[in-house]
Amino acid sequence: MLKDKIKAAFNEPACPTNRAKAAKERAKGCAKPLTPGAAAGGCAFDGAKISLQPITDAAHLVHGPLACEGNSWDNRGSGSSGPDIWRRSFTTDLTELDIVTGQGEKKLYKAIREISQRFKPAAVFVYSTCVTALIGDDIDAVCKHASSKYGLPVIPVHSPGFAGSKNLGNKLAGNALLDHVIGTHEPDDVGPTDVVILGEFNLSGEFWMVKPLLDRLGIRVRTCVPGDARYLDVAAAHTANVTMVVCSTALIGLARRMEERWGIPYFEGSFYGITDTSESLRRLAAMLVERGAPADLIERTEALIAAEEARAWARLEPFRDRLAGKRVLLNTGGVKSWSIVAALMELGMEFVGTSVKKSTVEDKMRVQILMREEAHAFEGMAPRDLYAQLKSGGADIMLSGGRTQFIALKARVPWLDINQERIHPYAGYDGTVELVRQIAISLGNPVWDEVRTPAPWDNEGRLTDRHVSHFTMDDDSDAADPTFAARHRRKFANSRVDNTDPEYLAHHRKKFAGRDADDIGDD
Amino acid sequence: MTDAPSKLTTVAKAAAVNPLKSSQPLGAALAFLGVDNAMPLFHGTQGCTSFALVLIGRHYKEVIPIQTTAMDEVSTILGGADHLEEALLNLKKRTNPSLIGVCTTALVETRGEDFAGDLKLIAERRGDVLAGTEIVLAHTPDFAGSIEEGWAKAVTAIIEGVVPQGAPARVAPERINILPGSHLTVADLEAIRDTVEAFGLEPTILPDISGSLDGKVAERWVPTANGGTAVEDIRTMGGAVHTIAIGEHMRGPAEVLKARTGVPYTLFDTLTGLVATDRFVALLAEISGRPVPARVRRARAQLEDALLDGHFHFGGKRVAIAAEPDLLYAMARFFAGLGAEVACAVSSTGSSPILEAVPAAEVVVGDLDDFETRAEGCDLLVTHSHGRQASERLNIPLMRVGFPIFDRLGAQHRHTALYEGTRDLVFEVANIVQAHHVPPTPAELDPFRDHGDTHVGRPQTAAH
Ligand code: SF4
Repeated sequence: MLKDKIKAAFNEPACPTNRAKAAKERAKGCAKPLTPGAAAGGCAFDGAKISLQPITDAAHLVHGPLACEGNSWDNRGSGSSGPDIWRRSFTTDLTELDIVTGQGEKKLYKAIREISQRFKPAAVFVYSTCVTALIGDDIDAVCKHASSKYGLPVIPVHSPGFAGSKNLGNKLAGNALLDHVIGTHEPDDVGPTDVVILGEFNLSGEFWMVKPLLDRLGIRVRTCVPGDARYLDVAAAHTANVTMVVCSTALIGLARRMEERWGIPYFEGSFYGITDTSESLRRLAAMLVERGAPADLIERTEALIAAEEARAWARLEPFRDRLAGKRVLLNTGGVKSWSIVAALMELGMEFVGTSVKKSTVEDKMRVQILMREEAHAFEGMAPRDLYAQLKSGGADIMLSGGRTQFIALKARVPWLDINQERIHPYAGYDGTVELVRQIAISLGNPVWDEVRTPAPWDNEGRLTDRHVSHFTMDDDSDAADPTFAARHRRKFANSRVDNTDPEYLAHHRKKFAGRDADDIGDD
Repeated sequence: MTDAPSKLTTVAKAAAVNPLKSSQPLGAALAFLGVDNAMPLFHGTQGCTSFALVLIGRHYKEVIPIQTTAMDEVSTILGGADHLEEALLNLKKRTNPSLIGVCTTALVETRGEDFAGDLKLIAERRGDVLAGTEIVLAHTPDFAGSIEEGWAKAVTAIIEGVVPQGAPARVAPERINILPGSHLTVADLEAIRDTVEAFGLEPTILPDISGSLDGKVAERWVPTANGGTAVEDIRTMGGAVHTIAIGEHMRGPAEVLKARTGVPYTLFDTLTGLVATDRFVALLAEISGRPVPARVRRARAQLEDALLDGHFHFGGKRVAIAAEPDLLYAMARFFAGLGAEVACAVSSTGSSPILEAVPAAEVVVGDLDDFETRAEGCDLLVTHSHGRQASERLNIPLMRVGFPIFDRLGAQHRHTALYEGTRDLVFEVANIVQAHHVPPTPAELDPFRDHGDTHVGRPQTAAH
């Protein structure tokens, strides 16, 4: 059954990669076998958790031995405007005894009870992991039973890590929402300008830079999944009029099936970069009007865009001098590569390369058009190669996620986090200004000059020419004698006091008059 | 100081809430990272590996070399020997490590394969290709143990795999072995090495993360552990005159080393504190036959002064500690030794005999949620970075110790052992306490505050 679910998740007609494949190839799914001893990256469980955990009033319970949750909790910075249940970590922490005696399901059931009684969450998401999938725990049955018994939604998420990558996990999370959550709540305040945003994680609270723009236009975000979401709002997502998909690799399948099931049209957009933000607002307005929102929404949107764009460009202007000509290496799949590229190129920055590992075919085309032939797109680089490129001065700054952070830093190249651990919010018009500001700050930090200055000695510790002598050679006769003693003698030659000088002695005596060496400090 | 046996309580809960533990394979990987040019290899799925390396990276702020056998659904069902073999060959080809430390994970252990047998077969079949690389195996399923156990198992595996059986031909009177526990920092190991060397002795520290996880900027890219104990030095550990093991969890590895080579050992349950350090220094003086160097004597005098200056801030304070057993013991001893009360002690696992000696009325085997519920009304929380949520909710300051410390810089360079370490800890605690001192309000001191229903006071703690 798990197999079917995974296959279904991969069989995504809206996925541009899939669209480009022949039917036979598509049927094989897109799981690439990993190379033992040369693989990196998260698992499906990781992906599923990422896509659901920012639903802030729910408890997220990980069913498995300790490692899956114990090694990974509290490692992402989504913003919550209210509840903090989602930040707590819950796991059944199975022991060997639980596993051999087959107590897994029972422990899971009890765990749900404990959590529901003590923390009163709006819902409980239950994640299966490798071991519990392997031993065949029926989490569907346990969730169903617990749900009716304790009167709250308990949602099974089938996400064993061995099923595949993080990316697959995102899709499995979407399935869980579609199978068990969306459509289960009918709100009484449905309106013509309701929208759903999918694949927006509200990292560092950055969706809060965008939401006020929508508020100003009267566009209501029914729910933003998963960033700062509340369970009931997600459950009512089917009442929206338009879906915007922000991170398409994560939840595009969910958007498509919401269209199928409830007739909600969707589009892919981005809130990174000025042009893309405007374009997204335009699309939202146009699609809402088509679906019955007041026609003046379009006009108002254009006015807002004009004002905000002008303001953003004015604020970016002071950075142009500092950033023009600087070369950027973009190594990410997290934030839409082309959204950032467009904004920075307008400021005269150059791109020496971009990773398109997680980008769709469409993304790649846009990157190519933007960067023309000068820069090259690569499919992800081995750390050693990345290091070599940076070390040889291949870029002035790298923008990437935390995984490659230390590669840049060890090569003594400025680095800026534009992935999930970033602490600065980069969305919308203000976010673009913030991103540019952070790049300028990073590039301009005087620390780079210091750490690139070689030590004044060689590998054996012998002083090199880079060493600046502290001794000034002003006496020609002594300068011929290179020994330390000679240089020292010369340095202090002029400062010696003649202790036969009666004036000096008088001064000295006065200074210590009345003091006995034994009680110095006691007066 | 009370050394009365304490009561061990295991909380009966179905769900761990806010785990205190990090996984056993992670602990093993950390130990393997203390061997020069080594590569830890997780036998399991890539997700576990990724989580462990990201977490270690968040603590040390480094790129962490850990690889995976990348088990998938099919290999999980059919068995993982092929993946293990392929991973070893790939690692050998790509990075040519001096040692590969295989750490098993819950997934492969649940299937229950004969990993040792597999490794033997692989070594027989591919010995030519793998020559020059030691391959050792630690059984570290995630459903048991924690960092300490994983670490100790890895060290045992290294000794069994690399140190030859039997008394060595030559014993060098100046060589001693140090087997440090997982709770010691990079700075601790450096201080230990300096102290040992100050006696004219030559230490072999296994594992030595002070070589590899000390955060240096190297001039070239190294895909394996960069620095640490040299495999050649491990091979000749049998030629040392003595072994010093630090932390109860290092008793096992010390025993194994003794059984293989006859090198006697001394176990220090902690190296934090004046008396513990005195014993350590005295042992070195005895082994070397030399007087205690002036520098060490000076450090002791500084610690004495720190204890005198600092004790005001400890006396009567109620402290809550959650940690791995040996770190819990070391910290509890430290606080109790300065007049504080260890009002809450939570251990990640319950198997260590040292828990009996923790100076607290009760030791709870549990998670950070158990810690949070019991720590209410305490003056100080002592645990790793995950304690930050409890600290926020309880509004009690947090002193970060152990692993992981991901929201502060410099954890690896913090001194916690010997005279220097104890001195620094005293200062750290005293400064946290001073920074959080809240002056009393009139209402709090009102003699009638407890009469009737106008109680507005803070929870009262024991007087100094
Ligand atoms: S790969 Fe499996 S066992 Fe490992 S973290 Fe992911 S779900 Fe857990």
